[in-house]
Amino acid sequence: MIARGVLLVMLGVALLLDTSCKRQAGTEQSLLPASNQVAGWAKTGDTRTFEAADLWKYIDGEAERYLKAGVQRVSTADYKFQNEVDATVDIFTMGNAEGAEKIFKSEPAADVKPIQLGDKARLSSQSIVFRKGAYLVRIVAYEESAETQQALLQLGQGIELRLAK
Amino acid sequence: MSSLRRANRRDFLKKCLTGAAVLGASGRMGLIATAEEEAPLTKSRVVIARDAMLRGAGTTVDSRRMLSLLDRAMQALFDRDDPSETWKKLVRPGEMVGLKVNALGGRGLSSNLQLVEAICERLQEAGIKASDIVVWDRDSDEMEHVGFHMATSGNRVQCFGTDRVDYEQELVTHGSVGSRLSKILTQRCNVLINVPVLKDHDGAGVTMALKNMYGVIHNPNKYHPNGCNPYIADLNMLPDIRTKMRLTICDATTACFEGGPGYKPEYSWKSNALMVSQDPVALDYTGWQIIERRRAEKGLKTLEGDKRAPHYIATAADAQHRLGTNDPRRIAVVEV
Repeated sequence: MIARGVLLVMLGVALLLDTSCKRQAGTEQSLLPASNQVAGWAKTGDTRTFEAADLWKYIDGEAERYLKAGVQRVSTADYKFQNEVDATVDIFTMGNAEGAEKIFKSEPAADVKPIQLGDKARLSSQSIVFRKGAYLVRIVAYEESAETQQALLQLGQGIELRLAK
Repeated sequence: MSSLRRANRRDFLKKCLTGAAVLGASGRMGLIATAEEEAPLTKSRVVIARDAMLRGAGTTVDSRRMLSLLDRAMQALFDRDDPSETWKKLVRPGEMVGLKVNALGGRGLSSNLQLVEAICERLQEAGIKASDIVVWDRDSDEMEHVGFHMATSGNRVQCFGTDRVDYEQELVTHGSVGSRLSKILTQRCNVLINVPVLKDHDGAGVTMALKNMYGVIHNPNKYHPNGCNPYIADLNMLPDIRTKMRLTICDATTACFEGGPGYKPEYSWKSNALMVSQDPVALDYTGWQIIERRRAEKGLKTLEGDKRAPHYIATAADAQHRLGTNDPRRIAVVEV
């Protein structure tokens, strides 16, 4: 009887743990829009997440800068806009908003213009970088066209809405 | 016609070299220049080949123009008229040649596919069997992500990351470095052709030839303190690297002056160039100056001013390493 009770408690704890892991994974996943959740944008690859200790496997050489700013993890995925423009989205989850600001401020504003997105943002012909709370988001396009900037902006806005939830 | 072309090209090269020597000496003390006239310095040649029309009217590099650009660079480096002759000076049939590319920067700032194809084409014309060529980096997924197609068997050029074969169990050491080397380097090639990308680097200042060797070891993340100095120089002293390295072909088709090594379009420019040299230190020094010039044009601080000057280049040239020269008087920059 006691043994059955212990077993039930263990099963309950295991289920609880499993649910919390899924929820956490789901939260990270949901920051990155699925295909067509932002008009014209298709998600073309799986989401990859690198925890702080493994960040060097993704951005070796830049990882130290993010670690010093308190990065917790980065989630990244590839996208395509109307079968024409390829892009990569990186969402860095920092320990706090100061960490996101530290990274944002460390990058010079050459050939970029400030835009209204998140807490602070800048746009170039092929990229958007913005921060919102403890998140730093970088979207990089690999082709330059007349539509690229507007398309990047729409994707950025779609992601910002998700960060706000 | 062919001899005329030969004479013209050689004359041109002589002028370039003389010009470079004068430029190199002019910024220095006159006394040194006088001494050199009596005992000419042995110079490391760094060729910079450019093609403003490398991409035509589009954004993708044109394969035929890339092959032509590579030929011009190699002919200038080896002072030969026939492109195939230059490769025969570099490799012999039966040798196993590894092309160490750089796929770390992701799409946009990794070793150019058309360049790698052009190198493979010329290697095969020089008598290297396709299956004796391996294009490699640390990770197959990273390579696939930037467009390389994996191939691990058959009579074709091999292409895969170290993740497919692992690192050696044995730790090799030199100075500050203790690492396990990729089995691709130790077991699959006896000639190494380094194919890095001209990039700014957040930690090291710049990354080209010498720093690209971080991709051949299991623990590069351990060697980023102090601007990667002296780690980069020590790493390049490891016998498997030092003895196998024959040539660096640095991809400067798209280069990066800030925010590297990852691709950030706002800090990159289409340089449409290749840099080739057999002296990795001279190549890195020359590339560093190119990045500094671009930073100045963009109104950015020098790397020294940004507290990340690439001091590892001087370490690689010092008496303990002698991996090449960082002395501009001993570097002949040839632009073609």
